[in-house]
Amino acid sequence: MYRYDDIDQRLVDERVQQFRDQTRRFLAGQLSDEEFKHLRLRNGLYLQRHAPMLRIAIPYGLLSTTQLRKLAHLARRYDRGYGHFSTRQNLQLNWPKVEDVPDMLAGLATVQMHAIQTSGNGVRNITTDHFAGVAADEIVDALVWCEIVRQWSTFNPEFSYLPRKFKIAINGAAADRAATWVHDIGLHAVRADDGPVEPGDPFPSPAVGFRVLVGGGLGRTPIIGHVIREFLPWRHLLTYLDAILRVYNRYGRRDNIHKARIKILVKERGPEAFDREVEEEWSHLKDGPATLVPEEIERVASRFTRPAYERLPAVDPGFERLRSSDKAFAAWVKRNVHPHKVPGYAAVTLSLKKTGIPPGDATADQMDAIADLADRYTFGELRVSHEQNLIFADVAQRDLDALWRELRPLGLATPNIGLITNIIACPGGDFCSLANARSIPVAEAIQRRFDDLDHVFDVGELDLNISGCMNACGHHHVGHIGILGVDKAGEEFYQIEIGGNQGETRPGAKAALGKVLGPSFSQGEVPDAIERLVRCYLDLRDSEEERFIDVVQRVGVEPFKAHLYAKTDQESRARGRQLAAA
Amino acid sequence: MPKLIRNRELAVDSWLLLEGDPAKAVPPAGDVIVPLAVWLGSRAALAVRDGRTGVWLAPQEDPAALAGDLDRLPLVAVSFPQFTDGRGFSTARLLRERYRFKGELRAVGDVLRDQLLFLGRCGFDAFALRDDQDAEAALAAFDDFTEAYQGGVDQPVPLFRRRLAAGSSR
Repeated sequence: MYRYDDIDQRLVDERVQQFRDQTRRFLAGQLSDEEFKHLRLRNGLYLQRHAPMLRIAIPYGLLSTTQLRKLAHLARRYDRGYGHFSTRQNLQLNWPKVEDVPDMLAGLATVQMHAIQTSGNGVRNITTDHFAGVAADEIVDALVWCEIVRQWSTFNPEFSYLPRKFKIAINGAAADRAATWVHDIGLHAVRADDGPVEPGDPFPSPAVGFRVLVGGGLGRTPIIGHVIREFLPWRHLLTYLDAILRVYNRYGRRDNIHKARIKILVKERGPEAFDREVEEEWSHLKDGPATLVPEEIERVASRFTRPAYERLPAVDPGFERLRSSDKAFAAWVKRNVHPHKVPGYAAVTLSLKKTGIPPGDATADQMDAIADLADRYTFGELRVSHEQNLIFADVAQRDLDALWRELRPLGLATPNIGLITNIIACPGGDFCSLANARSIPVAEAIQRRFDDLDHVFDVGELDLNISGCMNACGHHHVGHIGILGVDKAGEEFYQIEIGGNQGETRPGAKAALGKVLGPSFSQGEVPDAIERLVRCYLDLRDSEEERFIDVVQRVGVEPFKAHLYAKTDQESRARGRQLAAA
Repeated sequence: MPKLIRNRELAVDSWLLLEGDPAKAVPPAGDVIVPLAVWLGSRAALAVRDGRTGVWLAPQEDPAALAGDLDRLPLVAVSFPQFTDGRGFSTARLLRERYRFKGELRAVGDVLRDQLLFLGRCGFDAFALRDDQDAEAALAAFDDFTEAYQGGVDQPVPLFRRRLAAGSSR
């Protein structure tokens, strides 16, 4: 955890007071609905279909057990006993009363938490790789850079009334686990042999910097980001962000909310022209006071708590024995346990995707139980992933067995990370006033269908994402299979696309947007349709190593389309094979 | 007359903001704030009036257009047609930081209490509040936050540099 200093704490406390006064003025009729709307949104408070929703910031997804217990308490006291972990690594509570929100924020402030800029037209929560700091393929610890950018973005006076929301993701490892290509700005830590290394640089040669992507995004106009700089030395990160944001703030469209994101500006100007404007702006800001210095990187890094790792053997014999003798344990290890940079340790995903539970939901009791487990098994910290699961980043191999046995009765050991049932879904029409269709029942129907099939056929890695409307909060464009809820004359229908990919989570398929296959399906037809696509994949794959997305990228969408819309199964399989061979 | 805050105090406003038709006659005497187009079109005529002249910029207007004139302008205003239109925040920083404008920088239009602090941080020192605002109460907004992470016109040195300076002197 990053531990606040006095100033960090003071700013959060002052924000609570400010919002308390704004709420008071609103309730007293001194602020109009419209004026209060913009004030409450920059504090994560929505007023929607059934009741308000408060989105609490979990900066870059990192949580202490003290904080998780506070969230459980708030969920019990002000909500109906549960919370929803979102794709921005935040937590959403439904049903809090407007007049209670200042007290909720005051409670959060006591554990160094807040709801600052979780909505509204400013820079939102910075997101990152949920294995940052522990991944074996790490270039830099992205958490440190996320905190530096968090401070730069928090109450940034110039960039608080942008044309639209602004999302930044930072990835510090070789694999991209932060979906950086579909963010307003994506940053990849990179090393360059010929880059500058100055005396006192905290990063020894080769030099550390960032590849800067801009203009990616999902929503109504999904776009893969453009690289506008291959290597930005780390010292210049903040001045360069200032330059990008200033160009966007001045020239981004404000006439149409659907064309106001930076991706539209980059598209309309052209990436090269946009790049030139940023360079021109940056020439005035470069080497200014916001230029980072080694001491600041070290200061921020030193304010993070660090696990006191034991010296352990790289392989724990008891763990290996159980893995080879217990199939259920082995299945969980295969899917939910991940490599760690420290010998003898592993990272563990707690699946919030148990069939029948809305993806990302956790009850207050579960949160308390998870906090207890995190204290006992993983140094009192955990992370929220953008795939809406929870991560224990530092578990000793020898404890995996005991942890697994404790997670199972809590419903948190579903061995489905990376599999089709690890569905990303937005809250959908059950909760959200923007949605055209429900997403949670569809997710559940697909999970039920594949609970067994997945096991029988060993379908392997497959991202399935569901959004209840074209705002794409469920990231359907980057699901290997994406499902979009649409409204047809008042009825809920679902459009299916395939071939989307969030990024190079492992070397191979690059970030890509899915292609719509054809006419949409009724809710009841969706599980059959998904099963057809999966069966088509099973027919076409070279080996179990070849993932669904790899097959789509190899053969294209046509065989899948033919299979999906064929009148009979037999016909569709034959046709699918023909097309794949062509 | 809108309510005016200048240098964090309630102030009497001697300036007349000329809006609408740019061809509209400029009064022969008194302090006026004219649209950019009027300024660019009739600098000479404005100079011989009996009264001072300021210029106001619309959100989309580039402050670079005034770069050569800022030494002789006592006042530049930036308009906010809606408080949610944040372009003026960048305009202000450019006027102060890039073009070194030293005169009065005034926010006009949909200027509300809850924007004052950030407007001030971007370089505004005068605020013509929207008519319905309680100017006296709004003064408190400048103290909503007592510290800031980023550099601004009010405090050019970002917090991280000041933290380090304080740490090394201890």
